[in-house]
Amino acid sequence: MSTASVPLPNWITYGLMPFLNLVVAFLISGVVVWFIGENPLEAVKLLLQGALGNGEGIGFTLYYATNFIFTGLSVAVAYHAGLFNIGSEGQAYVGGLGAALASLALDHYVPWYVTMPFAVIGAAIFGAAWALIPAWLQAKRGSHIVITTIMFNFIGAAMMVYLLVHVLIVPGKMAPETRVFLEGGQLPKLDWLIALFGGRLGAAPFNVSFLIALVMCVAVWLLIWRTKLGYEIRTLGASSTAAVYAGIPYVKTVIITMLISGGLAGMMALNPVLGASARLQVEFVGGAGFVGIAVSLMGRSHPLGIVLAAVLFGVLYQGGDALSFDMPKITRDMIVVIQGLVILFAGALEYLFRPAIVRVWQRFGKA
Amino acid sequence: MSPSPTAAPAIELIGIDKKFGAVHANRNINLTVAKGSIHGIIGENGAGKSTLMSILYGFYQADAGAIRINGQDTVIHDSQAAISAGIGMVHQHFMLVENFSVLENVVLGVEGGALLGRGVSDARSALKRLEADYGLEVDPDAIIEELPVGLQQRVEILKALYRGAEILILDEPTGVLTPAEADHLFRILGVLRDQGKTIVLITHKLREIMAITDTVSVMRRGEMVATRRTAETTVEELAELMVGRRVLLRVEKGPASPGEVVLSVRNLTVKDGRGVVMVDDVSFDVRAGEVVGIAGVAGNGQSELLEAITGIRKPVSGEIMIHGQPVAGFDAARLRALGLGHIPEDRHHMGLVLGFEESENSVLGYHRDGRYGRGPLLDLDACRDDAKAKIEKYDIRPPNCRLKTANFSGGNQQKIVVAREIERDPSLLVVGQPTRGVDIGAIEFIHRRLIAMRDAGKAVLLVSVELDEIRSLSDRILVMFAGHVVGEKTPDTGEQTLGLMMAGIAA
Repeated sequence: MSTASVPLPNWITYGLMPFLNLVVAFLISGVVVWFIGENPLEAVKLLLQGALGNGEGIGFTLYYATNFIFTGLSVAVAYHAGLFNIGSEGQAYVGGLGAALASLALDHYVPWYVTMPFAVIGAAIFGAAWALIPAWLQAKRGSHIVITTIMFNFIGAAMMVYLLVHVLIVPGKMAPETRVFLEGGQLPKLDWLIALFGGRLGAAPFNVSFLIALVMCVAVWLLIWRTKLGYEIRTLGASSTAAVYAGIPYVKTVIITMLISGGLAGMMALNPVLGASARLQVEFVGGAGFVGIAVSLMGRSHPLGIVLAAVLFGVLYQGGDALSFDMPKITRDMIVVIQGLVILFAGALEYLFRPAIVRVWQRFGKA
Repeated sequence: MSPSPTAAPAIELIGIDKKFGAVHANRNINLTVAKGSIHGIIGENGAGKSTLMSILYGFYQADAGAIRINGQDTVIHDSQAAISAGIGMVHQHFMLVENFSVLENVVLGVEGGALLGRGVSDARSALKRLEADYGLEVDPDAIIEELPVGLQQRVEILKALYRGAEILILDEPTGVLTPAEADHLFRILGVLRDQGKTIVLITHKLREIMAITDTVSVMRRGEMVATRRTAETTVEELAELMVGRRVLLRVEKGPASPGEVVLSVRNLTVKDGRGVVMVDDVSFDVRAGEVVGIAGVAGNGQSELLEAITGIRKPVSGEIMIHGQPVAGFDAARLRALGLGHIPEDRHHMGLVLGFEESENSVLGYHRDGRYGRGPLLDLDACRDDAKAKIEKYDIRPPNCRLKTANFSGGNQQKIVVAREIERDPSLLVVGQPTRGVDIGAIEFIHRRLIAMRDAGKAVLLVSVELDEIRSLSDRILVMFAGHVVGEKTPDTGEQTLGLMMAGIAA
């Protein structure tokens, strides 16, 4: 008997199983840390302290989490339609262009809260545009979206480098980046939010984008579970033949879904570009698009799960930085290994423990 | 052929028990099958027949109980063990490599070494011998996908015999056969029995049980409720044992009073996904207040015809008209708006999204309707209220609209589809295989609903591979063969006549 079809209560599927995967990932990471001659418990302590120990650490953690929420939502929306959007990285990169153009155009004239909606829309439109061609190729020509979105990551990266080196660069400067936005083109820090809990934000770039990300979580939840379009997206993802039977237009639904997915990825750019560095730089996305895949998988494509998973990865990023600072033997690369283990267990091996849990549940759980 | 009473029985199952979670699939099953006999096992879907045979063939392990083969206690932990105990199985869906030859399929898995030459030539002579002994003629060099279904099934039987099977289990073997092919299969099974093989036949068709078995066991809800000598029982008794109450095997209906033409198909030609012409220049009408049945062996174009009419597949040429309006090439949503209801052939892949809640499926295809939410919003409460009303009216069990659709039984899943399509009160209802994989109780219910639609003046187009169903529901029967409508008959036409037409022999 395969155990795949046995229904389990939600607290096991969405609570216990991800937790067990996480524990195993950390245990194995601990063995790795122990191998290179450091104390694993000490390492965990440093990691958690670095990520959550003070206001600044929390600020950095939530700053990273904000990136991952946007890209996680982007992957999740496409995934509900059965589309595996690997291109959030590139869509976020190009989205940065839209956000930066809004700031460059407006920052001399208006305060940030006037610029913000234009930046949000610009980021979303540019991100969506970068998803449009892969979406169209998938819908009309059957070109696999995984392949085309990966290719568009490379094309996007090359295009952005070209624009930054040859077009957007400040004349006379060496660095491939735009000029620094004035205050009217920046998103303000959320130091008051950290202060509310008695902390100090310090140098952490935690900013208003985080609130935009939370609003998008609610919007995605509404879209997927409370609208007719969301119903069609889920039908298409669960059974493409049932979608044809129900008269759900394939081409239109695929393209709209990918536009939304690309738009969400594009908005991720608000956080580093307008919120942190106040300028558009090369490679500002820094792999957040790919982490979004893991975040979406781990969060089971649900906004709430995505927020939790994004914060976890935020902890790993920020805590990892702190850890490599305090334990020189644990280099940046080691941190990447640990993140990789979490992705492996939480994403790729998400059902590793399911058969065993099902057996235990069948024996003891049905009282 | 009466089995010798002194020999040890070929199969003895003693106290077999199997649970899947909360589902008690087999409850203390005892079964004895005499050597050299044909034993039928009947029961509704989900009664536990397939589980029991899967235990015997080593797919599952029983939680309790013992298996004896030829009087020997035997542990069957996988299908390899079953084969070496002399058990062979012919599955409902064939396990053949389509682009291999018959011979290659027969030796697959028992090639006898790294080099093929020897094993293949041994198999060739073994096939000749089997052919002579049992009358199982097949060209050993024919490619499987070029053979008709009946012959493919024969290859499955040959595979089992080549592996030394003394006990042959056949799971719903006639589902894909024409009546003539089924008769041929039964003759082969008779010969096999007479040569001393033991045969277990799993089916839900009572007629087959009566025609061929020596003994029959009835399963209901995981229990073996009765075992009878076939000669001493009747179809009515078996049906009652299966369902647990009296059932009407025939649909009661009065004469039809056909009105105006609702669906009109003219010179329709449809190709399948590979570009093969599956429907070739077909024309017919369906009038209000009549059921038109399309009979035919699966794969003769009925599915593609249905798909073209219901907007799932674009026809190559020809016209489809609903109430005189040309609709060829319209998608399903537009056709629904024109009053088309569609109960699809394959509820698992089309009619339902199995991962959805029941209430979500009860609006599939009509979800854009204003009653399920204003503008872009989907009103879940409206969907659920609607679902609850249908659950009540159609006695869908369990009555829980929040339950995942995959957790309903086949009959109840089909009722979800039937309720959704009929409750929209369509003027044209297109129905494919309405009772495939549905238990007898639900069959009766669905048939009555379809006749009620007809009596309410709706046009009903029915496609089914169950000839009994076509004959008992239809007012006119069109027979399809190789993409053509080869004739129109009345429902009182003999089964043999229809069978010959379905085989393309007589028009």
